Amino acid sequence: MIEGRKEIIQLVFIVTGVIFLIKLFSIQILDERYAQLAASNSIMKEIEYPFRGLIYDRKGKLLVYNSPEYDLLIVSREVKSLDSARFCEVFDITQEDLISLFKELKTRKEYSPFKPTVFIKQLSNYDFAKIQENLDEFQGFYIQPRTSRAYESEVLANALGYVSEISKNQLDRDTSKLYRQGDYIGQSGLEGYYETVLRGQRGVRYKLRNVKGIEKGSFKNGEFDTLSIPGQNLITSIDLELQKYGELLMQGKVGSIVAIEPGSGEILSIISGPSYNPSLLTGRKFSSNFALVSSDTTKPLFTRPLMAMYPPGSIFKIVQTLIGLQEGVISYDTRFPCDRSVVNCHNHPNPTDLHGAIQYSCNPYFLQAFRRIINQNKSPNTFTDSRIGLDNWRGYVTRFGLGQPLGVDLPSEKGGQMPTSNLYNRIYGEGRWKFSTIYSLSIGQGEMLVTPMQMANLAAIMANKGYYYTPHLVKNVKDGSIDSRFTVRHETGIDSAYFSFVQDAMSDAIYGTASRAVIPGITICGKTGTAQNPHGADHSVFMSFAPKENPKIAIAVYVENAGWGGRAAASIASLMIEKYLTGEVKRKSLEEYVLKGDFLDKVVRTTPVLEAD
Amino acid sequence: MRREDTISTNMDWATALIFAVMVLFGWLNIFAAVYDETAHQSIFDLTLNSGRQLIFIAASAIIILGILLVDMRFYEATAYLIYGAILFLLLLVPIIGKEVGGNKAWLGIGSFGVQPSEFAKFATALAVAKFIGSAGFRMDQLRNQLILFALIGVPMGLILLQKDTGTALVFSVFVLMFFREGMSPFLIIVGVSAAFIFILTLLIENEIYLHIAIGVALIIAILMGKRKFKRIALLTIGALLLMGVIESVDYVITDVLKPHQQNRIKALINPEADPLGYGWNVTQSKIAIGSGGFSGKGFLKGTQTKFDFVPEQSTDFIFCTIGEEHGWIGSLIVISLFILLLMRIIFIAERQKSRFARAYGYSVVSIFFFHFAVNIGMTIGLFPVIGIPLPFFSYGGSSLWGFTILLFILLKLDAHRSQMLHRL
Repeated sequence: MIEGRKEIIQLVFIVTGVIFLIKLFSIQILDERYAQLAASNSIMKEIEYPFRGLIYDRKGKLLVYNSPEYDLLIVSREVKSLDSARFCEVFDITQEDLISLFKELKTRKEYSPFKPTVFIKQLSNYDFAKIQENLDEFQGFYIQPRTSRAYESEVLANALGYVSEISKNQLDRDTSKLYRQGDYIGQSGLEGYYETVLRGQRGVRYKLRNVKGIEKGSFKNGEFDTLSIPGQNLITSIDLELQKYGELLMQGKVGSIVAIEPGSGEILSIISGPSYNPSLLTGRKFSSNFALVSSDTTKPLFTRPLMAMYPPGSIFKIVQTLIGLQEGVISYDTRFPCDRSVVNCHNHPNPTDLHGAIQYSCNPYFLQAFRRIINQNKSPNTFTDSRIGLDNWRGYVTRFGLGQPLGVDLPSEKGGQMPTSNLYNRIYGEGRWKFSTIYSLSIGQGEMLVTPMQMANLAAIMANKGYYYTPHLVKNVKDGSIDSRFTVRHETGIDSAYFSFVQDAMSDAIYGTASRAVIPGITICGKTGTAQNPHGADHSVFMSFAPKENPKIAIAVYVENAGWGGRAAASIASLMIEKYLTGEVKRKSLEEYVLKGDFLDKVVRTTPVLEAD
Repeated sequence: MRREDTISTNMDWATALIFAVMVLFGWLNIFAAVYDETAHQSIFDLTLNSGRQLIFIAASAIIILGILLVDMRFYEATAYLIYGAILFLLLLVPIIGKEVGGNKAWLGIGSFGVQPSEFAKFATALAVAKFIGSAGFRMDQLRNQLILFALIGVPMGLILLQKDTGTALVFSVFVLMFFREGMSPFLIIVGVSAAFIFILTLLIENEIYLHIAIGVALIIAILMGKRKFKRIALLTIGALLLMGVIESVDYVITDVLKPHQQNRIKALINPEADPLGYGWNVTQSKIAIGSGGFSGKGFLKGTQTKFDFVPEQSTDFIFCTIGEEHGWIGSLIVISLFILLLMRIIFIAERQKSRFARAYGYSVVSIFFFHFAVNIGMTIGLFPVIGIPLPFFSYGGSSLWGFTILLFILLKLDAHRSQMLHRL
């Protein structure tokens, strides 16, 4: 009867042992979840946010710095008997806010009751002082310091860009895996373009903690800890005083000012009007302010110097002159009658030589000059001849930095448009267009668009007599170097002698078409333009550099809907030049004239011609 | 001197060695469970559990010496006396005992306290073995069976009065010894299948499937064997009983079990449902063990136990430290040590010439097995949380001494087995 019972008992014991070992094998070796859970239980990751690099102007004046702010973190498991009324009082929120904060917390993907999670973001220094005293009343809440951007002045908003929390889209597209939800990232302007330089490197400290959240030393003696490395500082080429003055002049106007130091390509001022106060897009009020700024019908977030594109108009005549001279199809003495059968003109001595044509901006002259550039009888077929001529011409304008982005160190730079034979082939069909189809190009109209930045660069080319450096905003990266492409000299391939001739004409033009621009004691060279606007009053354009000998500043000014270039744009450019070269403006009446000019009402906001691509 | 020679030559040194290894390994793990890197503590520090456990171990050595020196006839002769004395102490506990951790299980003088329930195990084992070993004992007599159940039932009941359900449940394992000594397996089968069905009912949403399964099993069982009325009747009654168990589950869960006991059962089935509440112990215990991986985090390198994520980490949940710091390999070693010990005790029990000694041996192995199975089972989520220690590993004087006495009385009897010629 009791035979075999010993064996049954032995079997039960062994089977029990084997079942245990199988179960242990499953949870210890097969299931990796437990190791992660253990780590999240006991290892607390403390992130040390690096200081973002500072931004200075060319004279070392601070433009952008960091101001401390604080995030309130929560470890839900440690929160016990929260006095919600008191909490709301200390943190200055309503009961409803508190409830929605808790609700929102639980919906987050990475939420864990054991991990510190951001509960209230971006408490200011002022809030923090108040809260710090009372924080010990609330178990399970911690303060994590970090920084937000702060601005010394209210200018340069578009070029500086802004910093905000990384969006979900950006996170998904981020391949560096350096960013996490809640991190800040430079979104536009210099902040965006130089993100990798400015951001620095975050530090991480792994700390052990027990079940009550009490620190129990570092994890593996800090083997995996890293110190945060501050971001590098940017020294920009911006002249803060000039920038401020330019923004003052642009008040009540829509348009752009770009000033470049011709000898280096450094951008002295880049003004987009209307702009916004950069301090709006920082700190706790970011979201509500951003909604305000981005819904403003004057589009303050639109960086006009780089993104607005206009027909170059009369300014382009100097490019045509230089190409014609280099091609040998016109000379200084070439005269054309002011034949207004195809294009209109204004009253001036007739006929005129090249100098006069530039000075008086004679439209029929350049129509005929351009015909000579395009049709050089390289082919008996006038259609083929036009194509050959246009391709040749396109090669020249490309070397002037037109028709493609210049490569400025700011995001979203537009390239404008310089037509190619392919473009006309697409529009009219191959061999079905000739000079008479494209003649508008001769006076800077037709299928031709440029940005204010490209026009400023053209001014720099004129100043340099034939070459330019890619315009850029960052002179120097502290503890780093600037991109070598900013030190490459780009040649137009046109003899500098021709430039001297055009400079003389441009200098005389000031007295012809833009007498307001004359500055006593300084010889300036300039060319007015009027960008035709089918939607309203024409845009006023002026391109200039000074002094004529050894130029220090090249500038392009666009004032939308302000009519003829000789007025608003030339006045502003002239004041800017005076300000930069002499340090103060003596022509108060001109200044007053500009400040009074308000062309904002004339801006046609419903039809964004500026963005025409 | 001659007498000591006899003991040292006849003593089962293999068992003693396993015992020593377990106690030593247990001691190291107790230190690991309470170790605080920042405090620079020594394993001998008397303010730590490990330091105190060393004193308990030293005391065990004295107890062992005492057990071995006493005449082997003493244990059988005084079995009922010891049993009676322990019952008396158990009676005293609810009256003058002190409460520790919700259970009133301690008898104390000053700061020193013992748990009589831990000693009730060996006392009951002696008494039951003596009864089975008495002249003319026949297991198939109902009267004898009733007496046996009374012998284990009385201490069990007294311990239940102390609200120490875990220790009380240990006494049910004597059934395993009764089985070896000839009791019909019917009781075990009924008990095990009732428990099995009980758990299945909890796991399966719709009880109707279980009823159908039992019905089908019943029909198959009837068709497979001889179609005698008595057999069919017995099978049908059995099936109806099981169905009754199914129907009683809800009642037992909600009305018989106390809320904390209900939670322990819920935690077994789905600890993730409330990981911070009733699921906490099981969840954290599994995290600690599971994070050990294949070879563990290394001695004193565990985080889950020493940072108190695991409750009772040096007593009932000491296996978590082993699993976390020594991984699957460490667990394999500990489980192997236990299986080795159990097999060795069976071997020893079987070679006894007296029925008293054999029954005692089986009592010992049954008790060790119960503790081993339930304790490790609960830490890895295979068993509800029942607070009983892991023999020789868990921190605690009373439990260590209780298990030591249990084992070494057997080794003492074994050393003199050739002198016991009577009544097998």
